[in-house]
Amino acid sequence: MGSIALENVTKSFGAHTVIPPINLKIEDGQFVVFVGPSGCGKSTLLRLIAGLEDTSSGVIRLDGADMTDSIPAKRQLSMVFQSYALYPHMSVYNNIAFPLKMANVDKATIDAKVKDAARVLNLTDYLDRRPRMLSGGQRQRVAIGRAIVRQPKAFLFDEPLSNLDAALRVNMRLEISELHQQLKTTMIYVTHDQVEAMTMADKIVVLNAGHIEQYGTPMELYRTPANRFVAGFIGSPKMNFVDGPEAAKFNANSIGVRPEHLHVTKDKGTWKGTVAVAEHLGSDTFIYANVEGLGLMTIREEGEEELNPGDAIWLTPDPARIYRFDKAGVAVN
Amino acid sequence: MARTVSTSTKWAWTVLAWIVALIIFFPILWTILTAFKTEGDAILFPPAFFPPHWTLENFFEVQSRSDYFRHFFNSVVISVGSTVLCLIVAVPAAWSMAFSPTKRTKDILMWMLSTKMMPAVGVLVPIYLIFKSLNLLDNLFGLTVILALIDLPIVIWMLYTYFKEIPVDILEACRMDGAVLWKEIVYVLLPMAVPGIASTMLLNIILAWNEAFWTLNLTAANAAPLTAFIASYSSPEGLFWAKLSAASTLAIAPILLLGWFSQKQLVRGLTFGAVK
Repeated sequence: MGSIALENVTKSFGAHTVIPPINLKIEDGQFVVFVGPSGCGKSTLLRLIAGLEDTSSGVIRLDGADMTDSIPAKRQLSMVFQSYALYPHMSVYNNIAFPLKMANVDKATIDAKVKDAARVLNLTDYLDRRPRMLSGGQRQRVAIGRAIVRQPKAFLFDEPLSNLDAALRVNMRLEISELHQQLKTTMIYVTHDQVEAMTMADKIVVLNAGHIEQYGTPMELYRTPANRFVAGFIGSPKMNFVDGPEAAKFNANSIGVRPEHLHVTKDKGTWKGTVAVAEHLGSDTFIYANVEGLGLMTIREEGEEELNPGDAIWLTPDPARIYRFDKAGVAVN
Repeated sequence: MARTVSTSTKWAWTVLAWIVALIIFFPILWTILTAFKTEGDAILFPPAFFPPHWTLENFFEVQSRSDYFRHFFNSVVISVGSTVLCLIVAVPAAWSMAFSPTKRTKDILMWMLSTKMMPAVGVLVPIYLIFKSLNLLDNLFGLTVILALIDLPIVIWMLYTYFKEIPVDILEACRMDGAVLWKEIVYVLLPMAVPGIASTMLLNIILAWNEAFWTLNLTAANAAPLTAFIASYSSPEGLFWAKLSAASTLAIAPILLLGWFSQKQLVRGLTFGAVK
């Protein structure tokens, strides 16, 4: 079991409030991603759950029990840090065995569990090495090994992949997702990368300045963003926003169209523009166009679109996929 | 591009370094050489650099007259004891200041350091009277405590600096792994801070070994360490340079050897964290 509930949890550092009252319920076995821009409070929220920071008010429940004032050691949660945070003076074996030693598990069981974790994470050949003798990906695996070796109520990941190169990040993303499939344990994963959030999460919590802007499945957030912030944050490339008279035509203060919902033609359409930059990725083409009266817009076209800077184009939004927002930025149905 | 240094410049710096080192070391060398001279040779003018007649007589006389080994034992007890006492207090103090600082932590650190700026003689009378009323005069325990208190600010400062170099993430990981406070300190903090702690210990032993103000003022015979042993040779009977030198040589030899064998550790500890 590993359900987590936050009830009116707040956190302030002196007079500065980082987390205003927040309520959140995470079901057992879910993979929940906290996503948001830098400084939005996502890591603080994770640290509050971990017990590494004290709450200013509110209640944190793990499996229904009030754990607000419990020390981290008593919460039975495992955490993987951005910096890996391996013990440099211990071998890989001892790093992985450490949580079991702290729990006074007998030696034979420790040995079996460490070897099992090492096998799952392809670390068997490195058990005698010190962390400094490992590559970034291997270190991250050791950190994960240390987390999975005991059966925690939930795993907490604090931007675990941000120190890895792009190719390794994709691999590790898959490995963590597979791990979740195998273990079926609750996981909370903090990232500022919305691609990680979309690809891994059962549910995403979008945070902005400590507030939960929206909590839902990746596709709910993509299809029905609650407000302009979520609409702009989820989806890559970012949604195009149009304000002023053009938005008024749609009875909205502003409208948003995702790059993949804009169609490009050379002769006619809704908005006229000029290609500024065309990025050819092979499978897709990203076109950045200066649209008359609206500014720079991004368009995503499938396949190899033959367009060059300076080409005149017409853009037509998919009428069913135009998002309308009111003055406060809240989505209007 | 790396800066290139010509061979002649290197030579010039090397020679200069040797000259400076020899000037600094000269008084110690002279003391050691004088210890092997007869009293007559020791006051020769112009002085003889090497003893004209090598002798061990001074060493035997010093041992028979003042019982070197008893003073040596006292010095060991006081310096090691005060260092251990210091660390028992300083490790948790430095831990809390490094990892759970408050707004006042820096002020407390500065205040502690400021106590080192006060002339010791300023508190001699009150401390002497306190020691007298507690029956701690000429007592090894009393001396150990006072030396521990005197060096505590420096030890806390040094440990604080070393602990600050340890990433907080690692200690937090340790807490998440189920370690309570004492396990966190024993299994993770101390092993990671070993170079720093070792150099702090060595430095404190050296400071306590060389401490002469309190050891001379608060001891008479029973608890007198080697500092009192040397001082007893500048006596009203006149100066006996050769015997004084033999006593000094015997007093500094242990700490000189300790410093010599642990110099790598000392340098490593003192520059710990300076270069990443």
